[in-house]
Amino acid sequence: MKKVYRLNNLDCANCAAKMERGVCKIDGVKSASVNFMAQKLTVEAEDNDFERVMDEVVKVCRRVEPDCTIAR
Amino acid sequence: MKYKLGKKEKRNLIRIVFALCAFIALFTADKCINLASAVGGKLGWLLPFFLYLAVYIAIGCDVLWRAVRNILRGQIFDENFLMCVATLGAFALAITRGVNGLETEGFDEACAVLLFYQAGEFFQNYATNKSRVSISSLMDIRPDHANVIRDGDAITVDPSEVKIGEIILVNPGEKVPLDGICVKGKSALDTKALTGESVPAEVEAGMSVISGAVNLTSQIEVEVKSEFYDSTVSKILELVENASDKKSKTESFITKFAKYYTPAVVFLALALAIIPGAVTGNWTLWTYRALNFLVVSCPCALVISIPLSFFAGIGAASKYHILIKGSNYLEQLDKANIFVFDKTGTLTKGAFEVIDVQPACDREEILRLAAIAEKDSSHPIAKSIAEAYAGEIDDNGYVLTDISGRGISATDGNDTILCGNEKLMRENGIEFPEISGTGTRVHVALNGKYVGTVTIADTLKEETTDVIGRLNALGAKTVMLTGDNEEVAAEIARQAGVTQYKASLLPQDKVTEVERMLAQKNKTETLCFTGDGINDAPVLMRSDIGIAMGGVGSDAAIEAADIVLMKDDLRGLPLAKRIARKTMRVVRENIVFSLLVKAAILVLSALGITNMWVAVFGDVGVAVIAILNAMRVNSKYKI
Repeated sequence: MKKVYRLNNLDCANCAAKMERGVCKIDGVKSASVNFMAQKLTVEAEDNDFERVMDEVVKVCRRVEPDCTIAR
Repeated sequence: MKYKLGKKEKRNLIRIVFALCAFIALFTADKCINLASAVGGKLGWLLPFFLYLAVYIAIGCDVLWRAVRNILRGQIFDENFLMCVATLGAFALAITRGVNGLETEGFDEACAVLLFYQAGEFFQNYATNKSRVSISSLMDIRPDHANVIRDGDAITVDPSEVKIGEIILVNPGEKVPLDGICVKGKSALDTKALTGESVPAEVEAGMSVISGAVNLTSQIEVEVKSEFYDSTVSKILELVENASDKKSKTESFITKFAKYYTPAVVFLALALAIIPGAVTGNWTLWTYRALNFLVVSCPCALVISIPLSFFAGIGAASKYHILIKGSNYLEQLDKANIFVFDKTGTLTKGAFEVIDVQPACDREEILRLAAIAEKDSSHPIAKSIAEAYAGEIDDNGYVLTDISGRGISATDGNDTILCGNEKLMRENGIEFPEISGTGTRVHVALNGKYVGTVTIADTLKEETTDVIGRLNALGAKTVMLTGDNEEVAAEIARQAGVTQYKASLLPQDKVTEVERMLAQKNKTETLCFTGDGINDAPVLMRSDIGIAMGGVGSDAAIEAADIVLMKDDLRGLPLAKRIARKTMRVVRENIVFSLLVKAAILVLSALGITNMWVAVFGDVGVAVIAILNAMRVNSKYKI
């Protein structure tokens, strides 16, 4: 399943790229993309595993850019 | 829609302006009277140090805070952190000079680096937010409510709550919230935001209305035909919102580049501080040069200006009602050199029109007779004849007989009109002249005598020849595909000026034909198919770039195509290509320019020719210039 999330306060393009790399590395994420201009995060993962993956995603994003929040 | 600064940005701007004023005052004072010597003595350097430190903290407290926070989270290559290392390092060097009793210098530099860094960040933020707003103004088409009639009363609900078959009221001034059919009332609808068509469309009972259109004159009742998520307006909004999701190769390259750039520069800086430092023993000199490296270690100029350029390109296109589904299509469209067109509805109007009446001197009379015979028929050819006749059709007492596969005979007792093809004429023993040229011929005879011939054909759109000519001038290959016979195809191809054509193709043959062309082309070539979206969704999907025209109302086309020309105007194609070309040129300029400047700063810093001033000016300056260059893409284009 693919889900799209809104990213609030994503201010720096380089952080967006770092987030994308970080999220892609998470176990269980099939594909991920951070769109800096549209302030959106697209994550693809297995349905039954999605909640756990998203918890990880939030952690990764917080590490890269603590100001940025994911609207879940 | 105009972009207004948010609270946070306003605060930032005030802070930057204040810090800048304080800095300039301090800097001038220092240069004029030399604050350190004004105090004098061994601890003279402390005065400028504390003054500059105050400005430094005022402007950079958030950067320092983020640096500490990010380093605690293990982000070594964080730009805030690197900036802080560079500036604090510069401070430390200046302090060493002060302690050792050398002439005081370097505090101003450290302060300036952070100040300009912040100013650059502010500008980047401003520019990106501004271009985001320019895209979201397109979202104006989103309807916010629907007045649905339930139990005899009109209640206001969210459009997504309305079900198929329910009746909604649309008042003047409101947006049509859902697709449907007008069941009561008569009004004019403004579809400009959807199709770019500036003339309002008249609607009355029985006609379909599309969501997103604005009702202009009076109230209408509409029977809903699709749910909100399935409506035209949702489809378009989805497309616009997801427009920049598909990343171009250039963007991926930049992201990858950024991944290695920062660590590489940081390690170079380390090496530059340690190796020559250890060899020459002049630690301060080489450390200073290494700190210069850190100032340019952020790849921001590139990372921000490239997506911004693509975004601006997509935004510019959408202003002309061209929806581009991703920056990768802009990139490909720039390279596109094989343009394949569907004929009917794309190159031609897709409607029959009377193009010739012979003999010309009897035009009115021939058309009058033909119109009498054809007036009741729903065949497109018959309709075009009725439309071409300017006068009132006099149908008193004519009895019409349809002669299948031949034509029509009309008689009022005295006169008999025969109207149809050659077979009809021959079978009735009427002599008629052979007329050369393409088109469908309708011969007209009155009381067994030949009167004249009406020629009907699908005609080219006004802009077709011009558009094809322009594409040919670019050195592109233009190909027309059609289901029509060879003769008709050849004539249309000649008029349009396409370099190649393929006739007598069934819909499935079009896919095969496009696949054959895809297989034949070089790797560097890009094939672009343009169709009106009817029956050609498979071809749209199969080609490198699928362009659907007049997309509104054809959901399949909107979904299958990569680029949608909302306005049924072929000129959108060269326009989109021009926008793509400009976008890619700006992207290339930005990449080359930023890399060159960064490389130059690195080399000059290593050689000790520049100082930190130049480094920070170069770094922030190149970002600002790249962003301004990117914004240039979203300007006005001639149609």
